[in-house]
Amino acid sequence: MIAIVDYGLGNIKAFSNVYKKLNIECIFADKPEQLKRASKIILPGVGAFDYAMEMLNRSGLRETLDDMVLNEHIPVVGICVGMQMMANSSDEGQLDGLGWIQGTVKKFDFSNNDQTLPLPHMGWNNISLDTHDPLFTGLETTPRFYYLHSYYFECENEINSIATANYGNKFSCIVKDGNIYGIQCHPEKSHHNGATILKNFSEL
Amino acid sequence: MLNARIIPVLLVRNKGLVKTLKFKDEKYVGDPINAVKIFNEMESDELVLLDIDASAENREPDYKLIENIASECRMPLCYGGGIKTVQQAEKILQLGVEKVSISSAVYERPEIISELAERVGRQSVVVCLDIKKRLLGGKVDCYTLNGTLKRKVDSLEFAKKVEEYGAGELFLNFIDCDGVMKGYDLNTIRKFNEALSIPITAVGGAGSHDDIYKLIAQEKLIGAAAGSLFVFKGKYRAVLINYPTRAQKKLILNTEQN
Repeated sequence: MIAIVDYGLGNIKAFSNVYKKLNIECIFADKPEQLKRASKIILPGVGAFDYAMEMLNRSGLRETLDDMVLNEHIPVVGICVGMQMMANSSDEGQLDGLGWIQGTVKKFDFSNNDQTLPLPHMGWNNISLDTHDPLFTGLETTPRFYYLHSYYFECENEINSIATANYGNKFSCIVKDGNIYGIQCHPEKSHHNGATILKNFSEL
Repeated sequence: MLNARIIPVLLVRNKGLVKTLKFKDEKYVGDPINAVKIFNEMESDELVLLDIDASAENREPDYKLIENIASECRMPLCYGGGIKTVQQAEKILQLGVEKVSISSAVYERPEIISELAERVGRQSVVVCLDIKKRLLGGKVDCYTLNGTLKRKVDSLEFAKKVEEYGAGELFLNFIDCDGVMKGYDLNTIRKFNEALSIPITAVGGAGSHDDIYKLIAQEKLIGAAAGSLFVFKGKYRAVLINYPTRAQKKLILNTEQN
């Protein structure tokens, strides 16, 4: 059973719509009891880092989430700000992140580039799959996904970065550490490649 | 490589899809949900949904309609029309919408932009300026109330201010190009894109894929939005929802990439 963490942020309906069309069961979890039923967890997120962390910390789900992810090794995927929350910290805010994958979240910086690109990074960009991963099964060779963000995840250990994209500079767009995945783009709003990733996650 | 975005714009009035000519002479085009389903199937980059009466009639956005459309949309959706408070915007985003567009509200209180950006993140805050170029001099004015009320702002300076307040995207709606299908106002778009560091989307004037190609060739990174082009076909403007195929998109974007 896939649980989509409902802590007040993120397009939870978009995920359930995709899974409904794929005939895959999922629930919204805003209470620990619901979360505990999950065999897989999706952590969505939009907006500012601190606000997202604050909402998650106040949701009553934090303890259960940490336990399921870090102790029981339940597969989890963080999307957009959900992925950024998995870092230790973010340049965007003051609060600590979840610390599930070692790294920091940084703002796009074009000072070493020929030109400054607009921010947020908004639109369809292709990703480079840097390794074979069950999450990537069935994807096109250079699949495109939708992005909407001004900050990106910088891994402390390169081995945790499994796909990259380019916006002025190369940045990690998919990160992984064991059962923990983070995706910067929006698979729930990226047509069929997005649906493929969400399906693959459900089948892990 | 980030691609330019090609975006259908749907205007809604009384729950029906309409198309206008210079913000007037509306023609009923069909059911919005059907249109969204088709744009979905054709893998549109994004979708913009504008309720053109909500502000003028001083009423709440049609939340049920927004929810229904959002549930069909497998690409990012932006909704605009009648949003005057942060609460309304939050409510709309929770219905499954990625971005909200505010327009008339920003003239009285531009602070609403920062209030909104603080709550939901600037990436979800679009400011829409309805603009008209003067006959002489080339200066551009901003209008509200469906193009009837001229605002006392310098549009370029106001756009920069809007960015400072925290908008994540500027949506430029060219009143005199609306429905005319004779090309985008490339000069004006250049001036705005040059002045801002946030993404810009322009709508008004697109009459062919070639018009979109020209805009993207000039700007590289831009949202090329269109209403009539994706809703009408042929000389007699028969209603036919359409969107570039993958192959056509490659030509428009001038790229070999997918």
